[in-house]
Amino acid sequence: MKIIVDRHRCIGAGMCVLLAPAVFDQDAVDGKVRLLDPAPPPGALASTREAEQVCPSGAISVVADGDS
Amino acid sequence: MNQPLSDAVELPTTRPSGCPFDPPTELAALRPLVRMNFPDGHRGWLATGYATVRAVFADPRFSVRYELGHSPLADVGPMPPAPPGDMLGVDAPEHTRYRKLLAGKFTVRRMAKLTERIEAITADHLDTMARTGGPVDLIDAFAFPVPALTVCELLGVPAADRDTFRQYVAVVNDMNATTAERTAAYIAGEGYLRKLVATKRAEPTDDMLSDLTDTDLDDDELAGVGTLLLGAGLDTSANMIALGTFALLTHPDQLAELRARPELTDQTIEELMRYLSIVHTSSRTALTDVELDGQLIKAGETVALSVQAANRDPAKFDEPDIFDIRRSAVGHVGFGHGVHQCLGQQLARVEMRIALPALVNRFPTLRLAVPAADIPLRHDMDIYGVHRLPVTW
Ligand code: SF4
Repeated sequence: MKIIVDRHRCIGAGMCVLLAPAVFDQDAVDGKVRLLDPAPPPGALASTREAEQVCPSGAISVVADGDS
Repeated sequence: MNQPLSDAVELPTTRPSGCPFDPPTELAALRPLVRMNFPDGHRGWLATGYATVRAVFADPRFSVRYELGHSPLADVGPMPPAPPGDMLGVDAPEHTRYRKLLAGKFTVRRMAKLTERIEAITADHLDTMARTGGPVDLIDAFAFPVPALTVCELLGVPAADRDTFRQYVAVVNDMNATTAERTAAYIAGEGYLRKLVATKRAEPTDDMLSDLTDTDLDDDELAGVGTLLLGAGLDTSANMIALGTFALLTHPDQLAELRARPELTDQTIEELMRYLSIVHTSSRTALTDVELDGQLIKAGETVALSVQAANRDPAKFDEPDIFDIRRSAVGHVGFGHGVHQCLGQQLARVEMRIALPALVNRFPTLRLAVPAADIPLRHDMDIYGVHRLPVTW
């Protein structure tokens, strides 16, 4: 699994941090997403996918292994 | 003015009697998207499906600019553009500039830092309630002052001034107030903030308004931002805490479960946000022709977004009309969606997470002091809730 975040789109709503705190954090200054773990373990897939779906600005993309 | 379309509906606004938490029943039959006659005669649309509402919220081809839109709730006449600092009424790139300046001040981490302070404020009010004894109006005794003190401290507003400001907010959110009355109340509130901003510039203190004087926001913008933040912080969490308590008291099995399993607190808050949807209706206006759900929305047409209907869409939530704190309500649109999604949502979550369990655990026999049918509901306000909630224990 690979995660891509688009800091340009991010509005700093923090949903990702609530859902997957091991994968995402927010920058202390601008509140935008910071990727803590660009290749999290399979156990984090569900919460990371949930963050991808819930993110209000569409700033998170999850590419599962095997996807191109 | 257009002739009303015969195949178009009016926005259903009457909740089923005896079900204070349910949206108007007719909404369910109108999914996902129908033509709507707006109160001012505009022919627009009503979106009620979860996916549709979410799609419009996220689509930059739909604008939030007040002057382009039509209110789905009342005939307020032509609306003026957003005043400086009111980021709710501007699109990118103006919105982006405000959001960038503010997002860092409302992060999950920063809001979590307020925990201790909110706990102290909460305990303080519960102590006072315990000392006075019931019955009390929960709004006055608890649901309003706890978030109000929190947001006043956060922004740097003297606690003594919060009631003055509360009056202005009440008028601004009153659907029955005229546009002139609402505007006058806004201007009065903004005037208050303008003086406060001048004070902070002269003598900065350790709070958010003082911090913001260090940005490129000018005085007009800063007063507008302050008005928005204070207004938003005063009316929303208070209604969630009061209406949430009402919902828990009338669903004793859920309340018992929450008391027994504190680990369900976060989930309970999300479920309350979904189930209650106090910001029940929003809207956007198409900037260009947009195809949506097989229909063509023309440039200039306003789409009413029924947040409460979206959050009860069976296509998204199983048995949506059931209040169930064990479900995952993640993905609800109670805070909106897209780039305008609520800036203060992490503050609201921390407030609710602390205040609700503290209240129900402090008073194990908490109950309504009047029959549920006698609780005055906020049918007349942009933000739903209760006008008063008499409780005892
Ligand atoms: S959920 Fe999306 S918008 Fe919110 S902080 Fe995370 S990446 Fe940014």
